[in-house]
Amino acid sequence: MIKLGKKDILGIQEMTTDEISLILETAESFLEISTREIKKVPTLRGKSVINLFYEASTRTRTSFEIAGKRLSADTINISASTSSVVKGETLLDTARTLEAMNPDIIVLRHSAAGAPHLLARMVSQSIINAGDGAHEHPSQALLDMMTIKEKKGRIAGLKVAIVGDILHSRVARSNIYGLTKMGARVVVAGPATMMPRDIERMGVKAYTKIEEAIADADVVMMLRIQMERQKQNVFPSLREYAQHYCLSRRHMKLTGLDAIVMHPGPINRGVEISPDIADDPGCSVILDQVNKGVAVRMAMLYLLSGGNE
Amino acid sequence: MKLLLKGARVIDPAGNLDAPMDVLVEDGKIAGCRPGIKAPPGANVLDLAGMIVAPGLIDMHTHLREPGYEYRETIASGSAAAVAGGFTSIACMPNTRPVNDNRSVTEFILRKAAVANLANIYPIGAISMGSDGKQMTEFWDLREAGIVALSDDGNPVMDAALMRRAMEYASSLDLPVIQHCEDRNLSAGGLMNEGYPSTILGMPGIPAIAEEVIVARDILIAEYTGTRIHFAHISTSGSVRLIRDAKKRGLRVTAETAPHYFTLTDESLWNYDTNYKVSPPLRGKADVSAIKEGLADGTLDAIACDHAPHGRTDKEVEFEYAANGISGLETSLGLSLNLVHEGVLTWPELIAKMSCNPARILNLPKGTLAKGADADITVIHPELAWSVDAGAFRSLGKNSPFSGRKLKGRAVLSIVGGDIKYDGLASKP
Repeated sequence: MIKLGKKDILGIQEMTTDEISLILETAESFLEISTREIKKVPTLRGKSVINLFYEASTRTRTSFEIAGKRLSADTINISASTSSVVKGETLLDTARTLEAMNPDIIVLRHSAAGAPHLLARMVSQSIINAGDGAHEHPSQALLDMMTIKEKKGRIAGLKVAIVGDILHSRVARSNIYGLTKMGARVVVAGPATMMPRDIERMGVKAYTKIEEAIADADVVMMLRIQMERQKQNVFPSLREYAQHYCLSRRHMKLTGLDAIVMHPGPINRGVEISPDIADDPGCSVILDQVNKGVAVRMAMLYLLSGGNE
Repeated sequence: MKLLLKGARVIDPAGNLDAPMDVLVEDGKIAGCRPGIKAPPGANVLDLAGMIVAPGLIDMHTHLREPGYEYRETIASGSAAAVAGGFTSIACMPNTRPVNDNRSVTEFILRKAAVANLANIYPIGAISMGSDGKQMTEFWDLREAGIVALSDDGNPVMDAALMRRAMEYASSLDLPVIQHCEDRNLSAGGLMNEGYPSTILGMPGIPAIAEEVIVARDILIAEYTGTRIHFAHISTSGSVRLIRDAKKRGLRVTAETAPHYFTLTDESLWNYDTNYKVSPPLRGKADVSAIKEGLADGTLDAIACDHAPHGRTDKEVEFEYAANGISGLETSLGLSLNLVHEGVLTWPELIAKMSCNPARILNLPKGTLAKGADADITVIHPELAWSVDAGAFRSLGKNSPFSGRKLKGRAVLSIVGGDIKYDGLASKP
C-alpha cells in the first residue's frame, strides 16, 4: 500500500508519481459522494481545517470548504490581508495563534511565493498550499490531471499545450511538474514577455505562437490573464492579446482529434477563450475541472489527516 | 605602551613585504618591522609563530544602523563585530534614519564611534538629501565633518544627470563616489536573480542587466567627465567584463565584491530561506566564476562584506517582505580565505583586497605596516578550523546564511592604534 508520507502538500515538484497516483485514485473514490442526496461522510469528523486565505479567491476557497464539509471536518475560513505597508500581525504570529487552537490542517493561499514553506517549517500542523504567488498550485494541477485522465483515459503519451502568461502562473508550473512526471509531453506558448527564463529546462518546449503549440495537442490548457500585467507592459492591450492568443474555433482544426479545452478559471471570455469554445460541451471541460476539484481536495485532506494508514 | 609581535609571517602588500619577521609597536605607531627585533624594556611580547600578521583589515561597506535602527545594530555592537572579524577600520553607509546627509549625523556617528572605541569608523555621506536621488547634499561640509566617500547606498542614483554632477562636484574634493548599481526599472518587483531558479521558485527576477546597465552608464560618465567611480558589491559576470575593459582603457574605475557573491548562488534559495535574500541578489554559477576571475586578475579591487544586520522581525516573514542583507563582518575573512585555500588569490593578494586597496580607494592613511603608520594590525591564524555560529555573533544581526558552515582560518587578534581590541588567541588550538 502506498502512503502519502508527508506532513504537508506544498507543491507537485516534490511529489513522486506514486503519490500523485494515490491522490488521484483516492479522489476518484470520493467522486461519488458528491452525487449522493446526503453529500456527507463521517470520515474526518472531529478534525478541523482552517482555510487561511491571504489572497482573494472564490472557487479554491469554496472548493476546499465543501471538500472539508463533505468529509465532516469543521472548516473555518479566514480572509486576511497581505498589506506589508500597514504593520499588521505577521504570517507567523497568525499561524502560531491558530496553531494554539489545535487545528489539524491549514490550507494557505498567499500572494508571496514560498509562504506555505515558511509556515510548514514553523508550525506543527499539516499545510496545504492552495496557491503561492507564481510558484505552485498543487490542488489545481491534481484536479487538472484527474480531469485529463477521465476524459482521455490516460495522461502518459498525451500532448498538452499550456497557453498564456506562463511567467506569472502557478497553475502552469504545477501542471508542468505533474504532467511531465505522469508521462505527458508538455508545450507552452505565450508572448516572450510572458515566458519565464530558461523555461525549457523544466522539460517543456516553448513557443511564442499558439498555432505552433496546439498543433496535434490532446489537451489545450488556457491560462487566465491578469489585467494588471498590462500596466507592467507585459502585453500592450487585451485587444491585441485576444487577437493572437484567444482560443477560438479556427484553432480547433489544428489540435488533435477530440482535443479537450481547459481553463483554471475564472475566465475572461473573449480574451483567453472565445465564448463558443468555452461553452462547447464537445471540447470544453471547464466545469468538469471544478467538479473534480472538490474530490481532489477531499483526497488531499483525507490523506493528510492520516487516511490510508 | 610597547608591543612586540614575534615570529609571524608578516604580509604587508603596501610595502611589498611577505616574510617571517617581528613587528614592534610603540605609542600606537609601527616602530619597526624586521627580523630579530629585541624586546624593549616593558614591552608586551606575543609569540605568534605560525600566524599571519597583516595590516589592520578594512571593510569599506558596512551598515551600522545607528541612528534609527538600533534594534538591528548599534555603532558599539557593529564595532565589536568588526574587531571580532579582524577589521580595524570600517566605513559605514548613510542609510540610517535620519540619513547621513548632513554634518550633524556625521558628527553623531563619529561621537558614538569614539565612545565605542574599538574600530576606526569612517562615515560615508549621502549623495542626495534623504538619498532620494533629487537634491545634492553639501559634500564640502560633510567632508569637513568627516565623511570619506559619498553614496546613496541601496538607492542607486537613477538620474544620470545627478550622477554626473555628483561625480564632477566630488572630484573637486577628491571624494570617491560609490554607486549601488541597479536599474530600478529593470529590477522592479524582483526578489532574486532572474534565471532558472527564479523560474522554478516562481519569484520575480532581477536580471543581471539591471546591474550592468548602471555599471556601463557610470563608466561612460566617468570617462566623459574624467572623474572616478567606485562600484559597490559587484555580482555579475557582465559587470566584471565592463569594469575590466574600463580599467584597460585607463579609466579611474574601482570595484568591490562581497564574500557571498563568490561563495553562494541563486540555487541556495530553493527553500525560500530569507537569510539568502540580498541586494544585489545571489547570481548563477557562471557569475560566481567570473567574480573569482575578476578578483584574481585585479578587476575587482576590494572585498567588502556589505554588512547588513537585521532583526528577526525583518527576516522571519514571507520572502517577498523580508529585508535584504547578510550580517557579514564576522564571517567575511573566513569566507574570503577560501579564495586562498582554492588558489584563486595568494595571501598578499587577499590581504591587499581587504586592507591597502580599500584604504587607497577611500584615501585613508591606513592599510600599511610602514614605520610610523598607525599600529592597526590584524593577526590571522591561517589553519584554525571553526564553525560559524550566527547566534554567537557580536553583531546584533544574527542573519547569516553561513551559520553552521565550517571555515578554515580567522582573525585571532585585532590591534587598533596599538591597543588590542579583540583577543581571540585563547581559542588557539
